[in-house]
Amino acid sequence: MSAPEATVQVSFKNRAKTALADRTLKIAIDRTTGTAEAKRAVAVAAFPEFQAARARGRAIKDHVIAHLDHYLEQFERNATASGATVHWASDDAEARAIITRICLDAKAKLVTRSKSMLGEEIGLPHALADAGIERVETDLAEHIIQLAGEAPSHIVWPAMHRTREQVAELFKIAHHPPPAADDPATMVQSARRELRAKFLGADIGISGSNFLVADTGATCTVTNEGNAELTTTPPRIHIVTAGIEKIVPTTAHALSLLRLLVRSATGGELTQYTTFHCGPKRPGDADGPEEMHIVLVDNGRTRMLDNEFREMLRCIRCGACMNHCVVYRQIGGHAYGGTYPGPMGSVLTPVLNGLAGSRDLPNACTMNGRCAEVCPVEIPIPTLLRAWRIRSWRERLEPGSLRVGIGIWAVLARRPGLYRLASRIGVRALRLFGKGGWIARLPLAGGWTAHRDLPRPAGRTFMDQYRAQQAHKEDRP
Amino acid sequence: MSEQPPPHVGLFVTCIVDAIRPCIGFSALQLLEEAGCRVEVPEAQTCCGQPALNSGDEKDAAALARQTIAAFEGFDYVVLPSGSCAGTIVHGYPDLLANDPVWAPRARTLAARTHEITSFLVDVMGFRPKGRRLSATATYHDSCAGLRELGIAAQPRALLAEVEGLEMRGLEGNDVCCGFGGTFCVKYSDISNAIVTEKAEAIERTEADLLLAGDLGCLMNMAGKLNRRGARTRCFHTIEVLAGRADGPAIGEEG
Ligand code: SF4
Repeated sequence: MSAPEATVQVSFKNRAKTALADRTLKIAIDRTTGTAEAKRAVAVAAFPEFQAARARGRAIKDHVIAHLDHYLEQFERNATASGATVHWASDDAEARAIITRICLDAKAKLVTRSKSMLGEEIGLPHALADAGIERVETDLAEHIIQLAGEAPSHIVWPAMHRTREQVAELFKIAHHPPPAADDPATMVQSARRELRAKFLGADIGISGSNFLVADTGATCTVTNEGNAELTTTPPRIHIVTAGIEKIVPTTAHALSLLRLLVRSATGGELTQYTTFHCGPKRPGDADGPEEMHIVLVDNGRTRMLDNEFREMLRCIRCGACMNHCVVYRQIGGHAYGGTYPGPMGSVLTPVLNGLAGSRDLPNACTMNGRCAEVCPVEIPIPTLLRAWRIRSWRERLEPGSLRVGIGIWAVLARRPGLYRLASRIGVRALRLFGKGGWIARLPLAGGWTAHRDLPRPAGRTFMDQYRAQQAHKEDRP
Repeated sequence: MSEQPPPHVGLFVTCIVDAIRPCIGFSALQLLEEAGCRVEVPEAQTCCGQPALNSGDEKDAAALARQTIAAFEGFDYVVLPSGSCAGTIVHGYPDLLANDPVWAPRARTLAARTHEITSFLVDVMGFRPKGRRLSATATYHDSCAGLRELGIAAQPRALLAEVEGLEMRGLEGNDVCCGFGGTFCVKYSDISNAIVTEKAEAIERTEADLLLAGDLGCLMNMAGKLNRRGARTRCFHTIEVLAGRADGPAIGEEG
C-alpha cells in the first residue's frame, strides 16, 4: 500500500475528472507521449529484426520466470561472492525495514536516490522521511517532482505531467540562486548545480536495477543522465533495490532485453549510461562504495507465478503501453492512483493494492489492444485486464446495477424468440425519444447522451424486415 | 470452375445492426450474394455475448457463445459486418470454452470459419464490387478489434478503391481508438468523451464528406459526437458504400 493516502481516498473517476479538466496537463502529456510514439515508430521501422527480438525477449523472460528460484539462487551466490550482501524482502514493509535499518546502522544523514519504480512501490521515500533521513532525488525529473511534492506520473518520465514552463516556475522558487533563464540548458545547469554538493556529501546511494545478472551476480542500471553513476559510486554504501522478476541468466540476455527496452521507451538504440555493478570496491580500486547491499523484493510477484497474471512478470518497464494508450493520454498517470500507471499499472495495481480498491482500473479500458501491439515482450494486457474483470464479477465487486442489467439482457439474449419481441418493442420505444434522426436525451443512457447524440433506430429491426421479405418470397409461386 | 457449389454462408447481423441500422445487414446480404454465396440468416442468433464477456460475466458469455455456435455450426462460413463481434467469435469463444471438452473443439471449428465481411469478400472470395459510383470524399477509421484482432486494414481499402469517383483521404490517428469500447463509453463517459472529441477533431480536419468504418458501435460513437458538434460529416458503414447504398440516409439522417 505504497500509494499516498490522499490519492487512495479519492475515487478513480474523480481523479480522472480533475485530470480531464486540466488543459495544461493535456499539453504536457501530448508533448511527451507524442514524441515517444513517433520516435519508437522510427526506431522499430529501422530495426527489421524487431519482431524476432520481441519473440526472443519474451522467450528469455518466460524461461526465467519458469526457473525463477534457480536463477535467483545463482544470483545470490555470485553476488555474495563478489562481496555484496543480498537481502530478501517478501513484501513492501519488509523491504522498507531492511533499507532503513541499513541506513540507521550506518548513521546516514543524507541519502541520494536514483529513480526506481520499485522504490516507489515499496514506499521508500516515506520510509526514509519517517526515519529522519534526508533524501535527495537525483534524476532530473524526480528532482522536479520532489520539489513539487508529487509522485511519478510515468515510469520512464516521472514528471511528464509538467510542462517546461511549469518546471521553470518551480526552479525559480526552489533553486538558489534561481536559474537565469528558462531554456532547457540553463534549467538543467541549475539543477546540476543544486545536486552536485548532494552527490558528494551523501552517505548512501540507493538505486534500482533494470537487470540482475545471475551468472555474474551483477546488477545493471540504465539512465540517460548519469545520475545513477553519481548516486552509486561516491557514497560509502550503495543499496540496490530490485523486484525478483528482474533476473536474467547472463549479460547477453540483459543486452537483448535492453535493446527492446530502450527502443520501446525512447526510440533510442541504447541509453547514454548502462552500468553494471558487481560488488563493492575491492582493494586497489580507485573508487566505488565500501558496502553494497542488494534488496530483492517479492511483494506479490511469486503470487503471480501461479495465477492468471503470470505473463505480467515479463514486463521490463519500458512505458510503451502507456505512451500508446488512449486513456492514459487523456488522464495522465496520477489518475491511476497507484505506483504504476497506464495499462501495465491497471494490471499491477490490483495485485499490489488489492482489487476491491482498484476495480475501476481494469474496467477503464476500451480494450483497443494498442498496448499489447507495442509491448516489447508481448504481454497480452487486454486479456489480463479481462481476467481482472472476471475476478471482479466473481467476487461481486461490480456494481449491482450492472449485474442486474447484464442479467436481464442475458436472459433475453438466450431466448431468441423473446429477444426478437423485446428488441421490436425496444426499438419502437427508443424511436419515441428521437427528433429527426437523432436522440439527444435518453433516460438511463445519460453516459452516452451527455456527450453525444444517439442515432434513432431506423424503424423495424433487421430480423423483422428480413422475415417479412422471406415470407413474401415464399408466398410468390 | 462452375462445378463448385456456392459457399453456404450464415450471416450474423449483430445485435446493434439489427436494432439500430438494418441497412448494414441488407448491404451485407447483397454483397455476399453478389460475391456468389448462398446466404442465410439463422433465426437463433441474438448477440455474440460481448457485453457480458467484457463485463467479466463469464457464465452468461459462455452461454451465449454456445448458443451462437449451435446456431451457426452448419455453415461453410459465418460472416459478420463487425470486426469486434467477429473477433469475439474467432478469439473470445475458444478462450472462453477452452476447458469445456465438448464445446472447445466446436468453438475452434466455428472460429476457423468465421470472418469479418470485408476480409471475407477479399481474402476468401476474391471479390471486387463492380459498377459502383459515388462522387464524394471519404476518410476511413480503423476500428480497433478488426484491426488488431483480425488484421483488417488492406481489405476495406481495396474494396473502396473500386468505387468510382470516391476520393479517400488519410485520417490522422486512423488506428487510434475512438473511445467507444462497448460499455466503456457509458461507464467512463467523461474519458470516452475526451477521446471521441479528439477523434472528431481529426475527422473534421480531413474535410471529407464521409466517415467510413467497419463497426457500427464505433460509428455511432463518432457520428453522435460529430452531430453534437454540428459537423456535416456523413457517416456510413464501409459496406453500405460498397453495396451502393450511400445515396440513402447516413447514420442519424431521417430515412
Ligand atoms: S507492459 Fe509491456 S509495454 Fe508496458 S511497460 Fe511493461 S514491457 Fe513496456
